[in-house]
Amino acid sequence: MLRQNMVEEVLADVAAAAPCSGSATLRPDVIVAMKKVERHRFLPAWMAVLAYLNRPLPIGHGQTISQPLIVALMTDLLQLKEGDKVLEIGTGSGYQAAVLAEIVKSVYSIEIIEPLGKEAAERLKSLGYGNVEVRLGDGYYGWPETAPFDAIIVTAAASHVPPPLLKQLKPGGRMVIPLGAHFMTQYLMLVEKQTDGSVTSRQIVPVSFVPLTGGH
Amino acid sequence: MTVPRPPFIAIGLLSACVLAYEVLLTRLFSIMLWHHFAYMIISAAMLGYGASGTALTLLKEKIAPHFGRVYVTAAMALAFLMPVAFMLAQQVPFNPLELLWDKTQLAKLLAVYLLMMLPFFCGGLSIGLVFWYFGREAGRVYACDILGAGAGSLGVIGVLFLVPPHMVLVILTALALLAAAIATIELKLQPKWLMGVFFGLALLVAVALPGAWLQVHPSVYKDLSQTLNITGTRVIEERFSPLGQITVVESSRIPFRHAPGMSLNATDEPPPQLGVFVDGDGPAVLTRFDGKLAPLAYLDQLTSALPYHLLERPHVLVLGAGAGSDVLQALYHRAREIDAVELDRNIIDLVRQRFHDFAGDLYTQPGVQVHAAEARGFVNTSQERYDLIQVALLDSFGIASAGLYGLSESYLYTVEALQTYLSRLTPGGILAVTRWLSLPPRDALKLFATAVSALERDGVPNPAARLVMIRGWKTVTLLVKNSDFTPQEIAAIKQFSRARSFDLAYYPGMRADEANRYNLLQQPYFFEGATALLSPQRQAFLDRYKFYIEPATDDRPHFFRFFKWNAAAELFTLRAQGGMPLLDWSYPLLVATLLQAFAASVLLILAPLAVSRCRRTLPSAQVALYFLAIGLAFMFMEIAFIQKFVLFLAHPLYAVATVLCAFLVFAAAGSWLAGRWQEAGSRHVALAVMVLGALALLYLAILPGLFQALIHLPDATKIIISVVLIAPLAVCMGIPFPTGMMRLAGTAQDTIPWAWAINGCASVVGAVLATLLAIHLGFSVVILLAVLIYGLACAALRGFA
Repeated sequence: MLRQNMVEEVLADVAAAAPCSGSATLRPDVIVAMKKVERHRFLPAWMAVLAYLNRPLPIGHGQTISQPLIVALMTDLLQLKEGDKVLEIGTGSGYQAAVLAEIVKSVYSIEIIEPLGKEAAERLKSLGYGNVEVRLGDGYYGWPETAPFDAIIVTAAASHVPPPLLKQLKPGGRMVIPLGAHFMTQYLMLVEKQTDGSVTSRQIVPVSFVPLTGGH
Repeated sequence: MTVPRPPFIAIGLLSACVLAYEVLLTRLFSIMLWHHFAYMIISAAMLGYGASGTALTLLKEKIAPHFGRVYVTAAMALAFLMPVAFMLAQQVPFNPLELLWDKTQLAKLLAVYLLMMLPFFCGGLSIGLVFWYFGREAGRVYACDILGAGAGSLGVIGVLFLVPPHMVLVILTALALLAAAIATIELKLQPKWLMGVFFGLALLVAVALPGAWLQVHPSVYKDLSQTLNITGTRVIEERFSPLGQITVVESSRIPFRHAPGMSLNATDEPPPQLGVFVDGDGPAVLTRFDGKLAPLAYLDQLTSALPYHLLERPHVLVLGAGAGSDVLQALYHRAREIDAVELDRNIIDLVRQRFHDFAGDLYTQPGVQVHAAEARGFVNTSQERYDLIQVALLDSFGIASAGLYGLSESYLYTVEALQTYLSRLTPGGILAVTRWLSLPPRDALKLFATAVSALERDGVPNPAARLVMIRGWKTVTLLVKNSDFTPQEIAAIKQFSRARSFDLAYYPGMRADEANRYNLLQQPYFFEGATALLSPQRQAFLDRYKFYIEPATDDRPHFFRFFKWNAAAELFTLRAQGGMPLLDWSYPLLVATLLQAFAASVLLILAPLAVSRCRRTLPSAQVALYFLAIGLAFMFMEIAFIQKFVLFLAHPLYAVATVLCAFLVFAAAGSWLAGRWQEAGSRHVALAVMVLGALALLYLAILPGLFQALIHLPDATKIIISVVLIAPLAVCMGIPFPTGMMRLAGTAQDTIPWAWAINGCASVVGAVLATLLAIHLGFSVVILLAVLIYGLACAALRGFA
């Protein structure tokens, strides 16, 4: 019920932000995944009561679990298909990986902070996400053994998009990066790799806010 | 017990401790959280002072027989609470980043505020006691108090060059205990062994208190804490100075790869780097350089590389060189000569000495000259002409995007600053400024508006022909040329941007369909904004834009303030829907602090009214108004003049130290004068206010011209000139407070704690209010207001007796 409410709130936010983000609703598979993944399982026990609030929360080690709205938007932007192979840089709590795993065939996730990565790996395993593989270490070079990927999601802060990751993205593939500080995602960047290998990006402000009074 | 004379030495020492502690706390909080908590500390300090006045009002009859013992106890409590309050404040899990998500954060903020108030309460209590007890000697007591405060504020800056901030806390604790010991001698307190105990304690603290207990624990959300979470990272060097705590981090397993906003088309990887953090923010990086240019190719893939594609082997001035990334970029592009300006000598030393091998002797390369100076000050005094002036990207993306800078002044990005930079360019030279991309656009458009203003003020007939702006996915670079861009240059700009998938945001003659091609936005916001700012409808656009992007000026140097109330209300309703990050929360926090300060002050002034026996000693309206007015006006003057001198003294720290110290010391001289004239108070106050009013107005008129004419002089000379300028003003400002106190001592001694409390509370509000008013009206208006308020005080004093 709580989860249902949270997803409804997210859907209302997405609809409200449509003039700025460009999409009025979420894809059905994203909605299903958001309703299914138990966010409270990815939080420290004392914080579980806050799990279904539409807000980012601290998870220890100076890291945060993203706001459900942002998780939903990022997942939606990737336009995933069932058989897709997705790479995630920055496992964090594992919540985003679980949402992805509900939709696609396999998720490969790399976490730079060891204790966090270990906890997430165990958590995902115990929750039965057999299609998520977590690795500890450097995300810069991606996961060459299983590349290329249909989609890549980079939730760890980086000063630039690692060129090796772009290489590991399939032509026609999509990459999403949230930009901003902890607790404060300022905008989402969507990188699209064209079939000819060239890349374009889109910057999406996840809120219905136009900078001039009097609309667009 | 009869007490022969006031404890002059102890009061000076305690006053020095309190002021030094106040300055120290701004450093400690910068390391622990972020630097904009300075005004909160000033406010907490003043609140402590005000609260102590109230306590005196309520308790003075009980205290009177035990004056000496209470005085020494307050001094001891100050010594104890200075470290303890800070340690406890560190335990409060306050996270400003969560402020708008989590209502409990406000309570945590209040807890920090109240904790930080406590030491100041004790300090205020001890000083207020002496004022009350020795009312007739207020002039000399005030002189000692202020002399100590001046010495403390200046001394602590010197000490911060020598020992890390948490050790300064140990020193201050020992000094406060020493003051207690001296007080026992001065007040001839019994038993005599008490003095020995305090001396012993002071010595014990100084020698044996483990500094580790007082270590600053930075927020886990600070960049340094985040980095140190990564396996294989370790701190390999630490330096400290009042400018900031520098931490150099090596990451052996997962390299730093700092290339901010590198083109998505790039395939290069930065060479090995060390992370350089200042107060835990960053990183800037120190990049390995072995003399070969090829590994630096990534530096050509940043938006900031654009000017090098327009200029042939330029003479470059890098402002804010840090650990050298922009110098490397200039070297890579074969700049003929490079002058690099960096504020912090410690960072220069790291590159030149400690890591000279790793950095490939970057700062001693042929053609490279490095200058330890503040950027504006350097450019003002430099006689050189440059082909390119690069203003480096100094702050970190996270901080900039979290709205943490909203209140800080920056003289780097004002209209006058850009005018100065442009005046130092060779014919055809270019000024390049790079900022982080914010969406919806804020920094970039404000910078653009500032550049348009600068060109207009310089009398350039067509500013549109001299501006170019490009944007990547994370950075924006603005070029301002001191002649019109040529068609060849525009072709080169297009070529540069196309090759790197950077978008053209503006160039002279740009068509709308050329904007927004690679990094797609919902609207071509940057092009539309730039075009609107160059059109006759500029003001309408600035008014309609939901962020405050009016040009910053030297009088209102708040470049990072984007806050507008209307937009804030809209964003606040959208806070859960993703609006939170766009809400520049530092500004509402300032307003909240002001309200909190106001409420606390009102409570402190009104609380004693509820206690009936105090009704008898209630001050008259005139007395209340008088002490309220001089408290506000003093704070307004002090804060505004510190800002006015920042540019001249070329360094905010020197300005704070010099101006604060000069104000305090010469105000003390004024008090001393007032003490000598005690017979004819109100006439002297009127004269003082007239003189200070005339001086303030004169300074407002002549200081900018005078500073410009004298700015080339050596630092020491400029400091002397500053002191000479402030001295007469401060002497006048020192007269009203003790004159009022002495009047009360003669007529209504019991109301002195009231006067003390009201004055303290006025200062609590004044400190925050001055900042708020300056943001809206500018520092000049704050000075004018101060003069008016002093006039009001004068009028109040007439009806005093």
